[in-house]
Amino acid sequence: MQWFDALVQGILLGGMYAQYALGMALMFGVMRIVNISHGDLVILLSLVGISMASAWGWGPLPVLMALVPLAVLMGWVLQKTVLNKVVGSDPLPSLIATFGLSVALQNLMLQIWSANSRSLPGGGIESQSIEIGGIYIGLLPVIVLVVATALTWGLDIMLKRTRFGRALRAASADVEAAAMTGINPRAVYALATAVAVGILGFAAVFQALRSTVAPADGPAQLIYAFEAVIIGGMGSVWGAFIGSMVLGISQGIGFRIDPGFGVLAGHIVFLIVLATRPQGLFGRA
Amino acid sequence: MTAVLSTHGLIARYGDFQALYGVDTELNAGEAVALIGANGAGKSTFLRSIMGLLPVSRDMVRLDGEPVGGTPTDRMVQKGIAIVPEGRRLFTGMSVEDNLRVAIDQATRVGAKGGWTLGRLHQLFPILKEKARTPVQSLSGGQQQMVSIGRALLCQPRVLLCDEFSLGLAPKVIREIYAALPEIRAAGTAMIVVEQDVGLAQSATDRLYCMLEGRVTLTGRSAEVTREQIGEAYFGAGHAVV
Repeated sequence: MQWFDALVQGILLGGMYAQYALGMALMFGVMRIVNISHGDLVILLSLVGISMASAWGWGPLPVLMALVPLAVLMGWVLQKTVLNKVVGSDPLPSLIATFGLSVALQNLMLQIWSANSRSLPGGGIESQSIEIGGIYIGLLPVIVLVVATALTWGLDIMLKRTRFGRALRAASADVEAAAMTGINPRAVYALATAVAVGILGFAAVFQALRSTVAPADGPAQLIYAFEAVIIGGMGSVWGAFIGSMVLGISQGIGFRIDPGFGVLAGHIVFLIVLATRPQGLFGRA
Repeated sequence: MTAVLSTHGLIARYGDFQALYGVDTELNAGEAVALIGANGAGKSTFLRSIMGLLPVSRDMVRLDGEPVGGTPTDRMVQKGIAIVPEGRRLFTGMSVEDNLRVAIDQATRVGAKGGWTLGRLHQLFPILKEKARTPVQSLSGGQQQMVSIGRALLCQPRVLLCDEFSLGLAPKVIREIYAALPEIRAAGTAMIVVEQDVGLAQSATDRLYCMLEGRVTLTGRSAEVTREQIGEAYFGAGHAVV
């Protein structure tokens, strides 16, 4: 029973990781950009959300509704002003640029919010739970998982069915040929990053609800997004989701073996996948 | 009569290497022009320069007399020039229909007018309808070439640039593809056809340009230029005639 409980908790944890991983999978899949500032953007959005809540007395839902459009705008501006200048066949310039951005963002946040840990008051939602057959399931993790599934599904449909999705896939397959077909790659990239960071708006609210955030927490979130995306296979949306589940379950079972072993268990599974199937579970060889 | 597309002293470089040394060409509305020459003569470079894929000066390329050199590729497509690139360059991982839809999407987005529809393309190349849901990477070379041509046509071009259709294809397939050219021309589309097969190029076009080492060495009516003239322009003066 306790192992089944560990599995359930792991899946729920995976829901949180999926919200980090989707945006990273999208940006890597389309532009081959590995965004080192991914985790810092989550923390920045969380802190902005927390400030909104304390300044105007907003609950989590109004914060979410304000934060997601803000995140979309941030992503668009980030791509237009920084990433479009470094994107290209060589992954190194964008890696260095986003690493620099990560350091700059952490210092900026430290300056504005200080090093204190904060969290978003959820009005009790964060401590509610449901009992199903002897297993207690937190309401918030269930919401997180449902939202993560909906985001994955929505992103997948968007990529497959919409004009923007086709343009994204075309630019991902061959950017020069996409331009020859009338696509403006930089406009498509700006929208892709807008969507990727927009998803982080959701992640930011849930992260701030379920635990505390501090300006230096970004890199720790980044590593989970990385691991989930690599386990699943870089560039695949459902791969990122499944990778997040694998990571969450590994950690859930690890925590049950020993409370200190949980995070390490996730890293070990990640390393095993990297060693035996480097293209990821769903990646093309 | 103003040429629909013209180049004026077109110069292009790859880094330190100069590939084109002042190329002057003209393409009139509805006309088909062949561009022939040996490997490395600069034919693909010429097409890439027009499409804004290589840096060139503004007044080196004119469209309807307006200087457009160095315009970004997607804007050139909006202005009515499409290319069937060397190596086909399809969007792998996407179906035949999705490859074509990308072009339709963009033409719709910018409000491009033209007569090409998916239905008309299916009449031209019926196999594309049959294989609509097939991923492009599992098509034969000839079928891929048809998708590439279709994708360019659905951009609703006034000028179509064709880079070596026949490369790596069986003669029967090449004939099938060239058989589609009259219909494309009938739609009023002007064409520049880069081709290795000189006989094929002559039969499919009104005029031809022959290039050698980044320069135009011969120009004339396709039906009138002789094998000797072409041989000389193709290999340079003093080549052995066999």
